[in-house]
Amino acid sequence: MLSKNDIARRIAQEVQGGWYVNLGIGIPTLVANYIPEGLEVEFQSENGILGMGPFPEEGTEDADLINAGKQTITAMPGAVYFDSATSFAMIRGRHVQLTVLGAMEVSSNGDIANWKIPGLMVKGMGGAMDLVASAENIIVAMMHTNKRGESKLLSACTLPLTGVACVRRVVTNLAVLDIRDGAFHLVERAPGVSVEEIQTATAGPLVVPDEVPEMRL
Amino acid sequence: MAITKTVKDAQAACEGIESGMTLMLGGFGLCGIPEHAIAELKRRGVKDLVCISNNAGVDDFGLGLLLQGRQIRKMISSYVGENDEFERQMLSGELEVDLIPQGSLAERCRAGGAGIPAFFTPAGFGTEVAEGKEVREFDGKPHILETALTADFAFVKAWKGDTAGNLVYKATARNFNPMMAMAGRITVAEVEELVPAGELDPNEIHTPGIFVQRIFQGDRFEKRIEQRTVRPATA
Repeated sequence: MLSKNDIARRIAQEVQGGWYVNLGIGIPTLVANYIPEGLEVEFQSENGILGMGPFPEEGTEDADLINAGKQTITAMPGAVYFDSATSFAMIRGRHVQLTVLGAMEVSSNGDIANWKIPGLMVKGMGGAMDLVASAENIIVAMMHTNKRGESKLLSACTLPLTGVACVRRVVTNLAVLDIRDGAFHLVERAPGVSVEEIQTATAGPLVVPDEVPEMRL
Repeated sequence: MAITKTVKDAQAACEGIESGMTLMLGGFGLCGIPEHAIAELKRRGVKDLVCISNNAGVDDFGLGLLLQGRQIRKMISSYVGENDEFERQMLSGELEVDLIPQGSLAERCRAGGAGIPAFFTPAGFGTEVAEGKEVREFDGKPHILETALTADFAFVKAWKGDTAGNLVYKATARNFNPMMAMAGRITVAEVEELVPAGELDPNEIHTPGIFVQRIFQGDRFEKRIEQRTVRPATA
């Protein structure tokens, strides 16, 4: 079973040189820590920076320089700042090659729910609806089950949707799964996790090939 | 000759504000918010406000200050976490809330300032955001119609400004400020440093002064950090 950092480590393997990448809040933010040195990748944060760097050294933090999670950050050489309309022009206009975000639920036709639990939690969608509606390549990073042990991979989402038929790949603490033709397709299993465990934890339709390789981290 | 937009302070800049007005307030989280204008709105006690702002501040800073005094009737935002009083007022129905995808919010402000009444966007299609909105397909993909937003007053915060109202923002404190500056009937800019017209390089101005009606220099910005994240200093 993977830790949150391991999920991020596995997703980092998907990132290719020359890509602009938007990382959501939570596990997705950790992906930046596992990008190989020398790979030409720039991180976009939708509040208005391209070329986001690591957290600042203590004492150098700047209230005017934050990421979409409102955390203090730094800017890499070649970074650029811009306004929110320009930022979403990059996203909506498909200039960003990869979006990684978290989810509460994902369905087997690629729907995603991650912004609202009616009557309980209403924080808003932020930029998530814009991101999932336009990104060509969306990877969801999340735990396979929720805190009550229920599957987050469903045949249909029960929570209010963030976007429809948009998620291509899901990386969880148990597996890597692709979404196509209305089903989850098991691609890899986490070290030490059996196909049966993944089947038990997946409520939506799951296609299991004859050979399911273990992830390499 | 440059047109002078300078006013003395936040109090003078808020002249004409009335209860029931629609306001835009720049900023993302607590970054780049017009903190002096917010303090003045609290002092004036205007009520029944409709506030268009990406976030709603925290309990004791930013728009949270106006929420505490029940001065806001309706919020139009994309993300309102980090504010318990907001969540309480929203869930109890005291506060009307219109949640909008962040990119649509930015573009609706930009459109309002640019004289474009509405536009189609894919964001929110198939979700509750799309309810009641016209849907049209372009290149085989469904889009929803979003309308422009404007405001009686727009409050923005910039790093530097000149007496003609030209503005330069710093780092990610730019965020929603430029679009909101365009969409206000009266736009009030508060800046950390106000210089005479002619001192800013015209090549480097972000918001042209035509969009700004009043400008003042704030005497002390708190610029609170919401999530201080650091790594250990290297020796």
